[in-house]
Amino acid sequence: MIPFEYRTPRSIKEVHQELKRFGTDAKLIAGGTALVIMMKQRLVRPSSLISLRMVRGLNGIAEKDGALRIGGLATHREVETSPLVRRRVPLLAETYRHVATIRVRNMATVGGGLAHADPNQDPPPTLMVLGATVKASSAGGSRVIPLEEFFTDYYETVLKPDEIITELFVPRLPPNSGGAFVKFLPRTADDYATVSAAAVVTLDQARKVFTDVRIALGSVGTTPIRAREAEAALRGQRVKSEGLREAAEKVKQAVDPVSDFRGSAAYKKEMAAVFVRRALEMALDDLSQKSKAGRDSKAPRRRKK
Amino acid sequence: MKKKIRMRVNGKKVGVEVPTNRLLIDCLRYDLGLTGTKEGCSVGVCGACTVLMDGEMISSCLALAVFADGHEITTVEGLAKKGELHPVQKSFIQYGGFQCGICTPGQVVAAKALLDEIPKPSEAQIKDWMMGNLCRCTGYYKIIESIQKAHQFAK
Repeated sequence: MIPFEYRTPRSIKEVHQELKRFGTDAKLIAGGTALVIMMKQRLVRPSSLISLRMVRGLNGIAEKDGALRIGGLATHREVETSPLVRRRVPLLAETYRHVATIRVRNMATVGGGLAHADPNQDPPPTLMVLGATVKASSAGGSRVIPLEEFFTDYYETVLKPDEIITELFVPRLPPNSGGAFVKFLPRTADDYATVSAAAVVTLDQARKVFTDVRIALGSVGTTPIRAREAEAALRGQRVKSEGLREAAEKVKQAVDPVSDFRGSAAYKKEMAAVFVRRALEMALDDLSQKSKAGRDSKAPRRRKK
Repeated sequence: MKKKIRMRVNGKKVGVEVPTNRLLIDCLRYDLGLTGTKEGCSVGVCGACTVLMDGEMISSCLALAVFADGHEITTVEGLAKKGELHPVQKSFIQYGGFQCGICTPGQVVAAKALLDEIPKPSEAQIKDWMMGNLCRCTGYYKIIESIQKAHQFAK
């Protein structure tokens, strides 16, 4: 690593001042798990690092207006183990649990992961199907960006050089909904996915027809990808296994994987369809298990009366 | 470009001036002489460089030394108390939890963090927790057994 200036602002306002002072030669650092490797490999050579580690007000996980509010400095491990996240949006805790190892999850932050924007990451597909948004702050003010519109290319996002991620908002699943995240790992359990898929399904009251379906994939393009044609094929349709298979086939047109040591492009395309089908099946299972659990939990309450 | 950092390493207060691009592992090994912590892959995958920061395991090869400013670091040298080995160290010796030894400091430190959280972990909990600590000799059976039986050595 080449030498660099290391700044430790204590407030978001001070971060903005540092960004103004050091300009585009500076990099923001939080957990460092991605940036330090890139600096070691000399892929990035910042003249200064502005550390977010001491900045107040970027920590914590809370509930706000029916959504989870997760501070940009919250670690992956905090999201995975938070009782609030596990209760309100268990799919989110489950997804963060799949990232690398506990050691990395103890360091890597939620905001840092999103800003890093590697298309092989686990959280983005899940965050996209959950309808998550991020709040970005600059000296001029702040704006809220849907995750859907956040990623633009390999390691590229819509963030401007003077913006920092301060918060992530994740809404709860709508009623009659189930969700799932599934990661294809043919090598080791701590690897990036060969293909990953997240799905949220919403059914009508009678649980017979899809009223809404959201599908997103990771590791199969330059950004995480939303599979809109596959979603449209299911919306308004009755819940049938042939329907799931046909819809999953449509993701092959949406993805554009590259061949690498995790699989050939053709193989990843095939696996994208397989894992989207599985994600849809698991999302339906999640919904039926929840309704079972709901019935069980009502029973003792009735007895109390 | 240097920075003065103050931390607590294995219970002792330490002040050291480091170049900003110093990694925590190099600070521990070369500035403080704590060579128990090993460097394996240098990219946070193998677990040989595992240390605890405020009780939580991290890769010291991915952490800048300046990250430790104001924090508490525990390395393998800090596990023994008053000359007596930590239960997990005794168990690794008793049940043969190592062969060549290069991954052992990381294994032992990771296992200590696990036992602090779950004193009697199941085999599944051990496998899940220790997933990021690679060993090329033992096939892991003896490591898992050592961790499972470490509670026998606790007082």
